[in-house]
Amino acid sequence: MPAPSKSTMTSSETSDRPVATSLSRQIRKMVRRETIIGWLFVTPALVMYSVFVLVPLLLSIQYSFFRWDGIGPMTWVGLKNYQTVLEVPDLLGTIFNAFKLVAFFSFIPVSLGLAVASIIHRVATGRLGTVARTVLFLPQIIPLVAAGIIWGWLLALPGLINEILNAIGLGAFTRAWLGDFDWALPSVGFIGVWVLLGFCIVLLWTAMTKLDPAIYESARIDGASWFTEFSTITVPLLRHEIGVCLTVTIIAALAAFDIVYVATAGGPGNSTAVPGIQIYILAFTQQRIGLASALAVMLMVLVLVTILPIQRLTQEVSK
Amino acid sequence: MKKKSALWFLASLLVMISLLLSACGAPVATTAPAATQAPDTEVATEAPVADTVVATEEEPAEAPTEAPAAAVSPSCGTDPVVLNAYFETGFDIPFKLSEEFTKQYPNVTWDIKQDQFTNLINETPRLLSGDNPPDLIRLPTMVSFANQGLLMNLDEYAAAFGWDEWPVPQLNQNRVAEDGTRGSGSLYAMGLNYSLTGIFYNKELAAQIGMTEPPKTVAEFDELLAKAKEADLLPIMQWGSAKSGMGLAFPLQHLMAAYGPVQPINDWIFQKPGATIDTEANLLAAQHLQQWIENGYFPEDINAIEYTDASARFGKGEGVFIFNGDWQNAGYDTDMPGNVGFFLMPPLEAGGDPAAMSAPLTFGIAANAKNADCAAFFFNWIATDETARQIDVTIGGSNPGGPSGLTMPAVTAGSVTNETLAAGPVVGEAGTSMDFIANATSAIFAQGWTPELQKMVGGKQDAAGLLKAVQEEYLRELTQ
Repeated sequence: MPAPSKSTMTSSETSDRPVATSLSRQIRKMVRRETIIGWLFVTPALVMYSVFVLVPLLLSIQYSFFRWDGIGPMTWVGLKNYQTVLEVPDLLGTIFNAFKLVAFFSFIPVSLGLAVASIIHRVATGRLGTVARTVLFLPQIIPLVAAGIIWGWLLALPGLINEILNAIGLGAFTRAWLGDFDWALPSVGFIGVWVLLGFCIVLLWTAMTKLDPAIYESARIDGASWFTEFSTITVPLLRHEIGVCLTVTIIAALAAFDIVYVATAGGPGNSTAVPGIQIYILAFTQQRIGLASALAVMLMVLVLVTILPIQRLTQEVSK
Repeated sequence: MKKKSALWFLASLLVMISLLLSACGAPVATTAPAATQAPDTEVATEAPVADTVVATEEEPAEAPTEAPAAAVSPSCGTDPVVLNAYFETGFDIPFKLSEEFTKQYPNVTWDIKQDQFTNLINETPRLLSGDNPPDLIRLPTMVSFANQGLLMNLDEYAAAFGWDEWPVPQLNQNRVAEDGTRGSGSLYAMGLNYSLTGIFYNKELAAQIGMTEPPKTVAEFDELLAKAKEADLLPIMQWGSAKSGMGLAFPLQHLMAAYGPVQPINDWIFQKPGATIDTEANLLAAQHLQQWIENGYFPEDINAIEYTDASARFGKGEGVFIFNGDWQNAGYDTDMPGNVGFFLMPPLEAGGDPAAMSAPLTFGIAANAKNADCAAFFFNWIATDETARQIDVTIGGSNPGGPSGLTMPAVTAGSVTNETLAAGPVVGEAGTSMDFIANATSAIFAQGWTPELQKMVGGKQDAAGLLKAVQEEYLRELTQ
């Protein structure tokens, strides 16, 4: 097979050589031009990415090995900053708190989102579905800081939520939700559910609309219930999207800052302190850039360690 | 740095000489050295802050190397000057003062940036070390900045303007020694005014529980609190959310000063070697506070209450007492005109000295500031100009400080400011003023007092554990 083609090629080359070479040169030129144009298009993003993501990332790793106040000379301390993070209970505690938040920021929105999306998909196909999706998605477009402030008011002792509890005869359950040691973290987590639920619903619902209705039809002909449909068709086929939801929400939980900072600032008594807040206080209030960087690097590694298995799992299955 | 300030000094000298030569008769030159003459009498009643701290350790004031030409104090000159300033959002005093200053010295205009206090804490090092260092900046803390050479040493200005002659304690809190302890050494900042803390009360509610005059001892105060509780009133309104920092640090520190002398507390705040907060007197104070918490004297949702919420709720009649400072006077006068009273935290034993927290509203000049002379002149003007002092008292509610012998500006009748201003000299004479335990290090409030006191409210920390935990955090921050 290669031989004849080669011969034809050579023959053609010999017949009109100048045209072909100029053509191939032109093509090569065009390819090169396209590459250059391509790089030109990528360059702004690449520059931004390196200046604002890669360089700070590398610098953080560098700083984490030094003792530094951000202004004066830096002193090499090796792994001492990492040791401090592991030794001081208040620092290590923030990482545990972050994992507790994962339950609220990730598992509840994703599982609840799946259920709600499939209900909307099955039941509310018309205007009702649009309205439901819009309402549930709204928290996404409200700035988190504003949301945190509003929830702070709602969850205060004289706030609306306690008033409602009082009105329906559950006065015994009223409390300062964000000031209570047992309830502050769940309350912050609940704000996270409110924010992230809409995102998961919209993402999963969109994926559901792309599934072939024929699969559902045949299932229904076979007499499958809603739950059987849900567990044997919807969830397996949506693995990839569920993976995306899990990834985004887990990162939101582990790297949480704004909601927590505005709602509780880590209180009461560090019960809602997360790494994001601790890094901020260490770096900017205490001017301990090295220790803050060490905690930040550890946080990044933790996020990667948590996310990578999820990514691999969902990717493999979807292929 | 020395070279630079010397250069500036020379420059300003040149300006002055050229002014004199051109015989402009600039009004600035004549009004400037308002405070150069030493005050002739030491009027004790003027002293706003106590002569507490380290009076024994008074360093031989570093004589400025270049003897300033006595006649020519630093000033703003007559050429246009734009002062580059950073103020704290929500505090009107510096803004009002700057307006008035421009009225009096029209060649001076302002480029004012403002930010929240918590943001200022984080930005200050970069602002001071940046390309456009501020001539005037609200300082949240100062020791580290002074050590890092970011703040201008004001010793020469103090000598030129005669600040050294002012009642001693005013400047002490702004001095930093070479070993990094505060309270003595070179001057690195000035106060726009000097605040005072104590107990504010709702006169109507206090009458309800039979309080006819302020309590004279802690025991009498305890009785009043118990009566308020019995009458189904909230005894003490206080804030405690981590967002504004734990307000129980106020009653705690007042109790500390009732149970023991203020000197060890100030030593701890000023980071004197070997100082500890974990003392026997402080343990008694912390136990007393714990008792108040367990008695239900504070709002049950205190861990979620922010400073502004607490002020608002007190203003609406929730709470008989509140521990706070005179910076809130204007707010109280607006919320409950004529209905708010003030007394100092009473001593443990009858006849003892009441104590209070007191701190300057601290502003500094960046080491590389372009208009340092003018900024220093502004400091001097605030403390000595009649209108400026009036603004200080009316807007700020606090003592304007300055040389002894100046009359105190008038206050509206019925304002609680009358009571706080009257309390100042009591503390001054007794020598029982303290800085804030929340200011000992830049993060001791956020990382020590606030979480540990919140735990105490939640029943997860006791008095001994509180002091131990805060002391550990303090040492950790000092040895970092």
